[in-house]
Amino acid sequence: MARIVFTPQLRRFTDTPDVQTSALVLRQALEAAFAMNPRLRGYVLDDQQHLRANVVIFIDGERCDERRLLNKTLRPDSTVHVLQALSGG
Amino acid sequence: MNDIAWVATRKGLFELQRSGDQWRIARISFLGEPVSMVLPPVAGGPHAGRMMAALNLGHFGTKVHASDDRGASWNEVCTPVFPEQPSNAPGPAWKLVQIWSLDAAGPTVWAGTLPGGLFRSADYGQSWQLVRSLWDRPERAEWFGGGYDVPGIHSLCPHPHRHDELLLAVSCGGVWHSGDDAASWSLRCDGLRATYMPPERADDARIQDPHRVERCTAQPDVLWCQHHNGIWRSTDNARHWREITAPVSSFGFAVAAHPSDPATAWFVPAVADQCRVPKDGALVVNHTRDGGETFETQRSGLPAADCYDLVYRHGLAVAGDGRTLLMGSTGGGLWSTSDGGARWHALPQRLPPVYALRFG
Repeated sequence: MARIVFTPQLRRFTDTPDVQTSALVLRQALEAAFAMNPRLRGYVLDDQQHLRANVVIFIDGERCDERRLLNKTLRPDSTVHVLQALSGG
Repeated sequence: MNDIAWVATRKGLFELQRSGDQWRIARISFLGEPVSMVLPPVAGGPHAGRMMAALNLGHFGTKVHASDDRGASWNEVCTPVFPEQPSNAPGPAWKLVQIWSLDAAGPTVWAGTLPGGLFRSADYGQSWQLVRSLWDRPERAEWFGGGYDVPGIHSLCPHPHRHDELLLAVSCGGVWHSGDDAASWSLRCDGLRATYMPPERADDARIQDPHRVERCTAQPDVLWCQHHNGIWRSTDNARHWREITAPVSSFGFAVAAHPSDPATAWFVPAVADQCRVPKDGALVVNHTRDGGETFETQRSGLPAADCYDLVYRHGLAVAGDGRTLLMGSTGGGLWSTSDGGARWHALPQRLPPVYALRFG
């Protein structure tokens, strides 16, 4: 089962479920998390369901540079980190 | 309400309370988070007492919170969301960048946004609908950003007696009016002028940059406009605009319209478009009491030198008594007056950069 880990920064605003999913595509895995907390969607994705400009995703330690389709393949034991991109002041 | 004010800043929402001539910070909400706009508690109607704040989280986008207890506690409500963007749609991405204006009229809450979408809510933020009648106007293709990369609706002027009437202003996209509950819209820019455009387009209504428009509540046909190119006033509900020249500079962003005297308003001048600081380092307020025929430049109690603060569009507000004003700046300065500006007083604390300031 792939695992999704959300940045603890998000806990200030909304619940971040501990997600274990059989999904083998990134977007499907994210949808599993959004099903557990629908409000989480708007914190991670924008209006067009693209990854927010200042959110970054790593799959097994590799940064995911494809931010629109979110169709990267996962392994059954992948770990997905959803983090904030460092920016601002 | 003349003794309570709300200051939306880059680092939180500050509630101010007045005692005599002194204002103090009574409460801070959302400390550390950018608050782009606040809607003070609604005076009447189905949402009486409720208030709303728009956050612009650096990483996680725009969020809307509502309070039923005057800011003591907050609950996240829905955020306006743009519909799926057609692949051939021109203009900026259909993505919410920021809520730049909030206002309530009867049962409706209006939200003006960057990149230029107007949203409405009938249930105080439990749901929002994009006003397609404005979003789908062909003139929107001519809009462009002013202050931000994308166009935005910063001024919402509901009619105080006719809830089906709304006037709004866009930087840069002109002044728009609807008299049928936002079913249809028309431009109301006759008289405005844009010298930042090629000469043949200076009168083009679609690209005017009204930095801020405010309505006189008691005489709602009177409107004041601080425009990129100067100051204008209308006495016929924006059908026509007449240019006004102010001392020091006619360039600025903010205007405060007296709630009951249609001849009185306040402006905060800056040097010019290309140099957005107070002239000679002295922060001043221009005050007219005769419809813009003459001005008094108020200086008493304001920094006389080495001040480089700018007052944004929503950084100047007048209370219902017409005498109490507050002014907040990009440098976190806050000044108050209880006599229409004859004497201003500085709040001793420095706040974060001030985005918006409202009484209530």
